[in-house]
Amino acid sequence: MSPGVLAAVQFSWLAVLPLGIVALAAVAVLLAGARAGQDQGEALGWFSAAALAAAALPVLASLGRSRLAFDGTVAVDAYSVYFELVILFASAMTVLISLRYVAEMGLAPGEYYALVLFAALGMMLMAAADDLILIFLGLETMSLAVYALAGFARRQARSAEAALKYFLLGAFSTGFLLYGIALIYGAAGTLKLEPLRAALAAGTDHRTLLLCGVGLVLIGFAFKVAAVPFHMWTPDAYEGAPTPIAGFMAVGVKLASFAAFLRVFGLHLGALAPTWTAVVWVVAALTMTAGNLIALAQQSLKRMLAYSAIAHAGYLLVGMAAGSNEAAGAILYYLLGYAFTNLGAFAVVVALERRGVEHESIADLRGLGARAPGLSAALALLLLSLTGMPPLAGFVGKLYLFKAALDSGLVWLVVIAVLNSVVSAYYYLRVLVAVYMQEGGVAVAPLAARPALLVAVGAAVLGTVLIGVFPAPYVAAAGAALRSALSLSSPGPLALIAR
Amino acid sequence: MANVTVPIVVTFVVAAAVVGLMVTVSRLLGPRQMTAVKGEAFECGNPASGSAWGRFSVHFYLVALLFLVLDVEVVLLYPWAVELRSSGIAGLVEALFFIAVLGVGLIYAWRIGALDWD
Repeated sequence: MSPGVLAAVQFSWLAVLPLGIVALAAVAVLLAGARAGQDQGEALGWFSAAALAAAALPVLASLGRSRLAFDGTVAVDAYSVYFELVILFASAMTVLISLRYVAEMGLAPGEYYALVLFAALGMMLMAAADDLILIFLGLETMSLAVYALAGFARRQARSAEAALKYFLLGAFSTGFLLYGIALIYGAAGTLKLEPLRAALAAGTDHRTLLLCGVGLVLIGFAFKVAAVPFHMWTPDAYEGAPTPIAGFMAVGVKLASFAAFLRVFGLHLGALAPTWTAVVWVVAALTMTAGNLIALAQQSLKRMLAYSAIAHAGYLLVGMAAGSNEAAGAILYYLLGYAFTNLGAFAVVVALERRGVEHESIADLRGLGARAPGLSAALALLLLSLTGMPPLAGFVGKLYLFKAALDSGLVWLVVIAVLNSVVSAYYYLRVLVAVYMQEGGVAVAPLAARPALLVAVGAAVLGTVLIGVFPAPYVAAAGAALRSALSLSSPGPLALIAR
Repeated sequence: MANVTVPIVVTFVVAAAVVGLMVTVSRLLGPRQMTAVKGEAFECGNPASGSAWGRFSVHFYLVALLFLVLDVEVVLLYPWAVELRSSGIAGLVEALFFIAVLGVGLIYAWRIGALDWD
């Protein structure tokens, strides 16, 4: 091999070193956990968390580079670094939240943590992939692991139902995605995103075929981010899945899906933007409105959070519809705050649950403020952030997102989004009314007895406050990530979409 | 554009026409005589016995799954074997890596007792 080729190969393998660490850790946990009992469960969990932390080091080391690895299929840029770090964080948080939960619910620890690691692997691959087939591969790796995790409490009918619904609809949506990829390949003659962008800029003779493909890929992503009308599986899947996994689905899956969605559509299908932004406009409006309105009627906390996750996907789609650099940066920032806040909210739900005593309904939370003041305060803060109260992360995220959409001229969509935010205050605050102003409810174990969970809730609260109060460094990081991804292919002016 | 989309549309139309024709014609022409024998669960001549919801060991499923994985492994190794010389050391390493990954899966199945039959 010539020195140049050797260097390229070395660079390629270094680029996927974090993925390799996660994959090896997953295999190690799987094998070690094959015969492990519950007493080794916590050790496996800590090992998984440590592996996820270790994988963050090579991710950080690759910062400052903008290159393509593996013959132009894997992007090594600040964009992938940004998403990989948030995904690693979300996965590690999921492990921390799960530690005691897995033991209490009698779930098989080895397989549980191995599946979380495999899902994290797929998510990271989606964030880094610069090739449609590789995105598909990452999506499948992630999805298959998450399907199994959703049904992990397999002796519960509800969990099995969640897994089956999620699997059937997910597999169906994957078909859409794959067919769309095939049509795009037929029209443009390439699956790699950089050449695809160049091919689209040069124009194609097969515009109808291309648009069909883009539409099908759009449907595939809409399923994964739970956008209306492809959201039907979400509440049942979140409600039946083990609670830490519901949080993982609401945050990790959404992060990875939006990472790939934004890279494909925002960064590389910009030439077709007038067509797909019109569709995304409608989907965003429907998603926000349906998510928020149905959330109003929910009695179960998990279902309420599921519809809230749908509504937040709608807000993010507003940014997609805007399709400007600012909007893309706002999406990145919003996702960061959303990851902290939502993981925290699900961690609080986990803290309330015990075997047999599941704090499912909002009515169970009555009087929690008196019994668990710390936990209640954390829940209040996280829900206020989800509502969009200043100065928390949720508010600043929405501010940037809606401002970018206004700058792109989407006045009516922003009006719908703001009205939806007002509606959402009702169901978030209803939980707080139950917590602080009503009597009754069910007893809850002290959080201090569960240090890992305490750390997770603390980190979520801290992150929600910090990202909201000092947004500048995170906004700058999001902007740098975006510029890095853009500079990968176009040395010219950094315009996301040529309007 | 049209020269690409037309064959696809034609394929869809032909597929729909063939299926529609088959269903319609068999519905129109097929004689329908309901007899007691036809009402039975299995039309293979033997009288049905036992419940349709019979249970069988989950081991069959596990063995079938393992067989499927190794089966597909062989299918994927064929092209590599054909191009063994031209793919060189890199191809050998990748094929061994692929086998190793599946080997780990087999070890895992072994360790959880999927291969024990008692």
